[in-house]
Amino acid sequence: MKRLTGILAAGTALLLSACAGNPAAAPGAAMSPEVTSGAVHERTLGNGLRIFVKEDHRAPVVVSQLWYKVGASYEHDGITGISHVLEHMMFQGTPKYPAGRFSRIIADQGGSENAFTAYDYTAYFQQLEKSRLPVAFRLEADRMHNLSLPPKNYAKELKVVMEERYMRTDDNPQALTNEQFDAAAFQLSPYHNPIIGWKNDIEHLTVHDVRNWYQSWYAPNNAILVVVGDVDPNRVFAEAERYFGPIKPSAVTPPKPRVEPVQLGERSIVVKAPAQVPYLIMGYKVPVLKTAREQWKPYALDVLAAVLDGGDSARFPSELVRGRQIATDVSASYDMTSRLADLFTFSGTPAKGRTVQQLEQAIRVQIDRLKRKPVSAAELARIKAQVTAAKIYQQDSMFYQAMQIGALEAVGLDWHIADTYPQRIAAVTPAQVMAVAKEYFVDDHLTVAVLKPQPLDGKAPHMAMPEGGANAIR
Amino acid sequence: MRFASVFLLLLGWSGLALAVPQIQHWQTVNGAQVYFVPAHQLPMVDVRVVFDAGSARDGRHQGVAELTSDVMTEGAGKLDADTIAARFDAVGANFGSDAGRDSAVLSLRSLTDPQLLRPALHTMALILRDPTFPARALARERNRTLIALQAEKQNPGAVAEKAFFKALYGDHPYAHSPLGTPRSVRQLSRDDLRAFYRRYYVSRNAVVAIVGDLSRVQAEQMAQTLVGGLPAGRPAAALPPVPALPRARDIHLPQATAQTQVLMGEPVLRRGDPDYFALYVGNHILGGSGMVSRIAQEVREKRGLAYSAYSFFIPMRRAGPYQLGLQSKNSSADEALQVLRATLKRFLADGPSAKELKEAKENITGGFPLNIDSNSKLVGYLAMIGFYRLPLDYLGRFNSRVEAVTLAQIRDAFHRRVDPDRMVTVTVGGSAP
Repeated sequence: MKRLTGILAAGTALLLSACAGNPAAAPGAAMSPEVTSGAVHERTLGNGLRIFVKEDHRAPVVVSQLWYKVGASYEHDGITGISHVLEHMMFQGTPKYPAGRFSRIIADQGGSENAFTAYDYTAYFQQLEKSRLPVAFRLEADRMHNLSLPPKNYAKELKVVMEERYMRTDDNPQALTNEQFDAAAFQLSPYHNPIIGWKNDIEHLTVHDVRNWYQSWYAPNNAILVVVGDVDPNRVFAEAERYFGPIKPSAVTPPKPRVEPVQLGERSIVVKAPAQVPYLIMGYKVPVLKTAREQWKPYALDVLAAVLDGGDSARFPSELVRGRQIATDVSASYDMTSRLADLFTFSGTPAKGRTVQQLEQAIRVQIDRLKRKPVSAAELARIKAQVTAAKIYQQDSMFYQAMQIGALEAVGLDWHIADTYPQRIAAVTPAQVMAVAKEYFVDDHLTVAVLKPQPLDGKAPHMAMPEGGANAIR
Repeated sequence: MRFASVFLLLLGWSGLALAVPQIQHWQTVNGAQVYFVPAHQLPMVDVRVVFDAGSARDGRHQGVAELTSDVMTEGAGKLDADTIAARFDAVGANFGSDAGRDSAVLSLRSLTDPQLLRPALHTMALILRDPTFPARALARERNRTLIALQAEKQNPGAVAEKAFFKALYGDHPYAHSPLGTPRSVRQLSRDDLRAFYRRYYVSRNAVVAIVGDLSRVQAEQMAQTLVGGLPAGRPAAALPPVPALPRARDIHLPQATAQTQVLMGEPVLRRGDPDYFALYVGNHILGGSGMVSRIAQEVREKRGLAYSAYSFFIPMRRAGPYQLGLQSKNSSADEALQVLRATLKRFLADGPSAKELKEAKENITGGFPLNIDSNSKLVGYLAMIGFYRLPLDYLGRFNSRVEAVTLAQIRDAFHRRVDPDRMVTVTVGGSAP
């Protein structure tokens, strides 16, 4: 079974969106009256658990997602990866349902289940035939406050997590480069650390650490339940009250701010790893919806990403892949829904016979053009058409609809942002795109990482090559 | 898109009274097979045009199917690649092409507003009917393929899979990578691509799958627009049968990695095989049901030897692989492989228990509604049913056929079809940097 990490980070620049924060209900408050907006019904239980139900009657199924407001960006030095290890341990049983029972019961119900850990949240989900939703609630509520964390299972599961790290990062040269890149770009921000954790930290985590982490963050007042499917919202609320209602809230201490200091000059690193193909990643420090003083700016950055990389007719594929043939692949990426200030990144692989230096230069020329020349009306019209269509396409997936609500609310953004996203994108002007390019794409706030391939047999080191030749494809 | 995908194996049908979509089927005048399910809840449509034109048809020109599929979308009629891309993007449509071993696919997702759908559809039809294979685009896509081949080498999973197929299939057309080899790709000419296109992108070799907010008449028009202009041609010839492997064989490829990739298996299952359901349900218990399967329990849950450990059949036009696999750090890879082998042998010796069979059936049939809960999943099934000529009631009858599987049938089918003494075992890794 896959345990995903960073599920929203993967190229969703145009799909997800967001605006102003909204404070969670105070724990211990009485159940609020139901608020209905569009097809999403909201309620907050007395213990602070916030519930969102979206009706979708296209098929007799339901998805249930429980989101905890904790992830890698809540961690500190020495315990990186602990949120992800805890996610694994959530499948290792409670007194009532010992290790494996949870998965067995969901399987017997014909369901599928999994979980994912990201920087800003950890989420658990089940997909079931609609009448079986209470089964998911019963099990999920139980492990919210009764986790056993047996030391023997812990030792075994830590080995599994280490295997996961080898597979995802250590044996993947691009992932390894991205990890080093984040660590170079961020000094204080917790985005410095990989979601899966540093190998050293994973090795030295104890079951005691994990228990503390569980007790600190897993509580109804730090969670969000999202249900999308062929359901009656009132019955969902009643079942949620039945299973989650009795769980007591606990005092949750918000994480310290850890605001990244202003970067004082361009940074550049080289990563040497066994590989065959070079790789480049560049990133500028940018605000997100949660941190931007002016709300239009993240939307302008999102439009900018789409100008470069939103479809085959965007500038990167048409000019760098097809036109000048400098890149085999090249992308621009920005996620405005992060909890903390983030990076706008450019990454790619040079075309045959080209070098990473040439690719970097071509990307810089593209950035420079955005600062000097307004984007065209045709480009903005294309982006508007894509966003409008994507809004309909998204409704083909119940899982994605639930993801949108959960991912926004878990970082303290209002889910309505997803509804107003197309209008906000359509309102962005060429002058605004130029303005954010000038303001944020500043050399002093740039970090560049280059993967320098080493022999796959891990033996002979590369000989020194003439200038420009080291990254050429042979 | 590959039909031989693990996801398409996760298919079942509940005994509950659920609405199985009624699949409509017809043939165009020039002989293309069309499969259609109306879905009126969202104003959008998904369409796939599938040809028996995967890399199994490469012949001497390894990589030609893949490169034809890549370059086809780079020029059509008087349109160049930029104009084609702009036409789809301007209406918010998603268009793509892909090729695997069995098939090559062109796919489109669009809103059904005629102002948006019409230009997308006509552009796709032009690509199907009149691709120009521009020389410059061929040179570029050839170079991108060469980079992709090089990138495969730094991905130990891809290295293992390549060696696995080669060892399983020997001289059979399934043996080589759809990407071809650096040498074969360098030699591919524009004439090779055009000849491949002319032979295989013909209507009697095509299946059209449509799911969306259309009436039957509109769907008929859509199919006609897309493939009506193709010559009838003739269906692709039957692929040769896959010979059984003579004996067990171990292949080790050293590479500087932290983990060793392990792949084990043999060619077994084709679509429409009489043993399909017995093998499918049996494998669900052995290694096809995630964390609750025997392999995951033995390798991961009991011993912590791997993050991912599994087995699955890849049913294809001809016998596709039975594949068992895992990744484990170099120092424990041998132990993990021994556990994998022992788990398979015990399953072959004893078969599943009655309880395991009951649980598997509950999982498969109870989860069926999840497999058809979106247009995108449904259009994938339609394309598969059409391409492999499965019966129109395949979805509707799936659960009853799963329910009908007995312990004896599973034991018997595994005995006859799965033989560890003939299996190939590929390991990649072992020399950490």
